[in-house]
Amino acid sequence: MSRPRTSYTVRIETRSDNPGWMGVLSSVLGVILALIVGGFLLKAAGAQDPIGTYREIFKEGFGTVADWQAGITALMTGGDCPKGMLCLGPLSDTLVKASPILLTGLACILAFRMKLWNIGADGQMFLGAWAATAVAVFILPKTTDRVVMLGAMALAGLLAGMGYGAIPGVLKARLNINEIITTLMLNYVAYKWMEFFVVVGPWSIGDFESTGRFPKPATWPRLTEFADRFPALSGLTAHPGILLGIGAAILLAWVLFRSRWGYEIRVIGDNPKAARYAGINLPRNVLLVMMFSGALAGLAGMNEVAALRELNGRFQKGFGFTGVIVAWLARLNPLAAILVAFLFGGLLVGTKMIMPQGIASMLQGVILFVVVGTELLFRYRLHLEKVEPERGPAAEVSHDD
Amino acid sequence: MTTSALMALGLTIAFGALVSGTPLLFATIGEILSERAGVMNLGIEGMMLVGAMGGFVVWSKTDNLLLGMAAGMLFGGLLALVHAYITITLRADQVVSGLAVTFLGTGISSILGAPYVGQRVPEPLTLYVPVLGRVAAEQVVLVAIGLLFAPLVWYYLNRTRPGLNLRSVGEYPSAADSLGLSVYRTRYLYVTLGGIFSGLGGASMSLVTDAGWVDGKTSGLGWIAVGLVIFAAWDPMRGLLGSYFFGLLRRLPLDLQNPALPLISTANNPTLGRLMDMLPYLATILILIVGSREAIRKRIGAPAALGIPYVRGERGV
Amino acid sequence: MPEALNAIEMRGIVKRFPGVLANDRVDFVCRPGEVHALLGENGAGKSTLMNVLAGLYRPEAGDILVGGQRVSFRSPQDAIAQGIGMVHQHFMLVPPHSVAENVVLGLHRPRFLLNLTQVEEQVAALGEQYGMKVNPRAKIWQLSVGEQQRVEVLKMLFRKAKVLIMDEPTSVLTPQEVDTLFSTLREMTGRGHTIVFISHKLDEVVSIADRVTVLRRGRVTAAALAAREVTKAGLAKLMVGREVLFQVDKKPSRPGEVVLETDRLCATNDRGLPALREVCVTVRAGEILGVAGVAGNGQRELAEVLTGLHPATSGSARLGTTRLGKRTRWQDLGQHLAHIPEDRAAVGSMPGLSVAENLILRTFREPPIGVGWGIDRAAVRKNAERLVAEYQISTPTVDLPVRMLSGGNLQKVILARETSGHPQLIIAVHPSRGLDVGATEAVHKLLIAQREAGVAILLISEDLDELLSLSDRLAVMYEGRIVGEMPAEGANIQTIGMMMAGTKVDG
Repeated sequence: MSRPRTSYTVRIETRSDNPGWMGVLSSVLGVILALIVGGFLLKAAGAQDPIGTYREIFKEGFGTVADWQAGITALMTGGDCPKGMLCLGPLSDTLVKASPILLTGLACILAFRMKLWNIGADGQMFLGAWAATAVAVFILPKTTDRVVMLGAMALAGLLAGMGYGAIPGVLKARLNINEIITTLMLNYVAYKWMEFFVVVGPWSIGDFESTGRFPKPATWPRLTEFADRFPALSGLTAHPGILLGIGAAILLAWVLFRSRWGYEIRVIGDNPKAARYAGINLPRNVLLVMMFSGALAGLAGMNEVAALRELNGRFQKGFGFTGVIVAWLARLNPLAAILVAFLFGGLLVGTKMIMPQGIASMLQGVILFVVVGTELLFRYRLHLEKVEPERGPAAEVSHDD
Repeated sequence: MTTSALMALGLTIAFGALVSGTPLLFATIGEILSERAGVMNLGIEGMMLVGAMGGFVVWSKTDNLLLGMAAGMLFGGLLALVHAYITITLRADQVVSGLAVTFLGTGISSILGAPYVGQRVPEPLTLYVPVLGRVAAEQVVLVAIGLLFAPLVWYYLNRTRPGLNLRSVGEYPSAADSLGLSVYRTRYLYVTLGGIFSGLGGASMSLVTDAGWVDGKTSGLGWIAVGLVIFAAWDPMRGLLGSYFFGLLRRLPLDLQNPALPLISTANNPTLGRLMDMLPYLATILILIVGSREAIRKRIGAPAALGIPYVRGERGV
Repeated sequence: MPEALNAIEMRGIVKRFPGVLANDRVDFVCRPGEVHALLGENGAGKSTLMNVLAGLYRPEAGDILVGGQRVSFRSPQDAIAQGIGMVHQHFMLVPPHSVAENVVLGLHRPRFLLNLTQVEEQVAALGEQYGMKVNPRAKIWQLSVGEQQRVEVLKMLFRKAKVLIMDEPTSVLTPQEVDTLFSTLREMTGRGHTIVFISHKLDEVVSIADRVTVLRRGRVTAAALAAREVTKAGLAKLMVGREVLFQVDKKPSRPGEVVLETDRLCATNDRGLPALREVCVTVRAGEILGVAGVAGNGQRELAEVLTGLHPATSGSARLGTTRLGKRTRWQDLGQHLAHIPEDRAAVGSMPGLSVAENLILRTFREPPIGVGWGIDRAAVRKNAERLVAEYQISTPTVDLPVRMLSGGNLQKVILARETSGHPQLIIAVHPSRGLDVGATEAVHKLLIAQREAGVAILLISEDLDELLSLSDRLAVMYEGRIVGEMPAEGANIQTIGMMMAGTKVDG
């Protein structure tokens, strides 16, 4: 008979608590690990000094604290910033980049909360940009009041995104067709659609792949327009678009956590069968969520186009995919998305000048990998425990066998 | 246009379809293998891209086509291995991990391939084929490999023991486990193989079908493969047919640029050209719609354990 | 003089799981050619012990001897190599594959190319030999449960198993199929095989076993008793350690008005085949109608049709004065209909949401929880705290994700959620499945309390004991029809069994 002995075992058990900060930790860890891995990849690609590269990226994206101080002082005193645009410039650029990212991130958060994989935010954004352009350049007269014009553009962007999102929505709701593929395919269709209008077709002016500059009312007012009163603002392109995003984030947070519809969405996302038991209408919600998700992405398109002040063949692809990462890093929390989008905006601005261009995509890939991979670490807890030799009455057996 | 000229055009288009569809074939069948084992890998585009880039880089450095193809396969497999680790060992969500593969693959291929963009490629060996004229020998070989590949995989899946094991792991992993099959090892193997074949598909593009490297070489083909797997009902032979069909759709805009076809030439009619560019993507959606009803009728479906991470029950030490 | 070698000997087996000592120095001895029953209730450690023997678990301590030789198993394959095979409760069969493919899965020969025709012939021959006919080309999903079980047995025999362990084999069989199984087992012992029969059903144990070993809470309370010499009451006491009350304490029924009435209800199942054929049931306020029947005879469809999850193809049903038709919005019925579903985790709850959020699943549309478009968080919390106290749900906080609760507590959450709205009708499907004795008792008490409060209850269960002890009236379903109805008091189990198997009974 084997002799009982004291030994140690490691056991893994499901956590019985669920602290929220673990999620944040995993996201932060994700970014850090990504930077490390990215550093190695950069080295392999021939970059001499990855850390230096990162520093450059950060500076380009956010600027230095000293610059901020100088900039804010200049603002308050109405004077000029000694470094010109470099004081608040990076921050301003980051804000500009962050607004569409925030909106697509929110679009993904809404859809993912219901386990609807909307990978088509890019396409929905393109359609939104297209519709907003149509309103700005071809429908409303050049002299329309700015507020009205921007409002109409926003509405157009919303509706176009909504309609485009409805397509995969209907296909999923009625025929249970996998939305991953339909949204993906529709991205490419949207790209070609845009290409057709702007590159080859009716909207291009002459040989340029562009609609030409928008009339002034169709563009966001920018900080630089106030440069006569605040010289520190000259050259800064930041615009109120970010407020659209923040507003949408607050609204989405309310909807998800304090409204009946949000509860239904979360129930469906957690357990569609239980949702059916409760009489929650699944197909209708699938369609609605896809539509609103598309609407948010469409709004991102309008945001971009009003900021770029023209629509051309170089309209940036990929915001929709960045939205996926933002959603994931923010742990599907709309308010957290604001911060994450801001950081990503900085990343994109910072890497714009860095060659090679694939860095942003690669970093995003690594971040996503690490975040997704470490998520599980925080579901379980490792326990090192001493195993005493058995004595006394057997413990209560409550385990189903 | 004379009849013989039309025939020649038709054959050219047909051959073009075969050539164009073969990279897709490799990627699709690779993904079929992975999904039959129960693991979905949406990162096909990323794996194809690193395969294309890696293959091209090695080819341009060694002038050896076979080495280039092998390199492409290696790169694709490595990327798939990361996905395998994340989804099988760490049991993370397969959809998101697949997306990460795409990002990573896109980024890496862009970064490491940047110095090679637009690099000149050597002239291919040509053969003379009746009616078609001069065709690249490598393309003929590639198509032949593809035509053999699909039935071989079919046979492997349905008539061999490893194939039975593969199918069982994807349908009911606990049953397979209880009979001594290693679910983890099987899945690792086929996910990696899927990456290898996707890499092969990518390398085929940058080395044979359309030699050269540009950023984003595969332009969405990997995504079409994802849809194609479903349309093919996870069967390699249907995947073969689907791949060639898509090869056709991709070639048409190019072939129809011939100004000698006044009505439909895309050179004269850029709108049509753009519309045709949309065709493959719209066709995928259409195919899914058609496929979904068929599935309901024939009760065929995905491997039952697809997408679900396998957790083995308690085993003690 | 040495004893005849035992087929199996397990000595001092200790097996531990986190927080649980499943086997506490268990000894188990089995003679060749016998049917040895391993008896105990849920959680006694019988399956664990046999999983150790079959090579699925490794024990922390103890020895295993096969035919007198010490062995150590690292996997089920090692056990099979020693001639020990196990047929589990949940069959390990791949549904879209054929019988032959399933039998041959995991073997080492043939190595690469599969000659299925040969395997099919071998499987058919083996089946003939043992009196278990099965079509080797049939796909598993086409087979009945009894036939699938045969495939599992054949799998083991194909691998030359001498010792066959069967884990609760009769839980999915009709009484007639049980008889067939028992005669097959006798056939096998006649050929020298040894059978270990895990069960919690006293009737069967007494009928089929040669010897019985009883486990309770991880320990042996009686070893290798000769079956002929024991009484059911004696066994029950060894199993549970107390006098078992086979009847739940309940007052005689005083049924009120008809609450649920269906009229020739028809429906098809997921495969398009008829599942409900002109079903007529009536349940009155304050009474429990138990629906008996082997799983797969339409019970699930009945529950789903009545709760609006599945459309009926014809016929009608009414709840109180409301007609239930194809277009009725079930959420309009609101609190009148409560449903305790079969599968708690998969269907009945939202694992990632908190206890509080689970509890409002039925009530979130109206005040006080639902206010306008929003949800009143304070009300949600108050509601949760109240219900947790009332139903004695054990949870550290109401914000805990529900997936972290134990099975019994989860069932209480579901019960609380469903019954707190004072429904007129409760449809309970297998409410105590997978729960231990304590939890089952609690669930039963709650159901009886509802009955006393005048609620009509439709109880669907595979557990005849549960049905007999809780129901006032019993109905038996077979192939989508109600084939018999009777008062539960004094019901004849034999008759019920025959009805469950489709035999016509006079009178």
